[in-house]
Amino acid sequence: MMMSIADLPLWVAIIVSVLLIVGAMLTLIGAIGFLRLPTFYERLHAPTLGTSWGVGGVMLASIIYFSVAGSRPVLHEILIGIFVTLTTPITLILLARAALHRDRSEGNRIGLKDDDDGN
Amino acid sequence: MIPYPLLTVSLIVMWLTLNAFTLGHLLLGTLIAVFAGWALAALRPEKPKIRKWHLLPILAFRVMVDILRSNAAVALLILRGKRRPHTAAFITIPLEIEHPVALAAMSVILTSTPGSAWLAYDSRQKTVLIHVLDLVDEEAWVAAIKQRYESLLLEIIE
Repeated sequence: MMMSIADLPLWVAIIVSVLLIVGAMLTLIGAIGFLRLPTFYERLHAPTLGTSWGVGGVMLASIIYFSVAGSRPVLHEILIGIFVTLTTPITLILLARAALHRDRSEGNRIGLKDDDDGN
Repeated sequence: MIPYPLLTVSLIVMWLTLNAFTLGHLLLGTLIAVFAGWALAALRPEKPKIRKWHLLPILAFRVMVDILRSNAAVALLILRGKRRPHTAAFITIPLEIEHPVALAAMSVILTSTPGSAWLAYDSRQKTVLIHVLDLVDEEAWVAAIKQRYESLLLEIIE
């Protein structure tokens, strides 16, 4: 049996709302940073706001809301959190290495010592 | 029979959480998990030996708190925009961990933390190149990573 939203206890409603707003805010700020930060490497950092506590906040809100409304533990959202956390580095490192490779082939010796060719 | 017990158990738990905790799904999930274990065995990845289980929650909690702090810091930095300039920088960190799983865990930690991004690992020199969004003190940064994460990872994974 699902409880309707109006029957939800006030404290649950407050916690769920706060978590949702925090998660959504962090994701939005990440998107704004993605747009506004000046260099590629700096822009790499912004989306991880959304993939860390952005997704975390929405995930916790969903767990609490559906667990209370359905009067049984609903935990499968944790899987979303786990998979987002585990897969983000794959794309980010791929992008970062592509940028690094291009920069180094253009002659910028980022993070290299003088005797190293970076391969 | 079951080459990767931890993977198999995780897959069964995942299957049950996604579907329903019933006997039918337990059987189906077990079947799938066992086959997935064999499929992974065909790839022959290096198997990590997890020595100190009790340290895993400490590491997880520490990472969650650090990610939360880093989220707040980066969010503020983006909102302030150009009014307060930040110093983005590349730093090279020498690493003691060598096991692929430990390195993977480290890369997940550093990438999930919004202020830092893992760029490239150099397996010959055992260093990792990291981009930091707002670098104040390079030595403190390196020391923090080594003390907070690497020392624990070294103890956990062999």
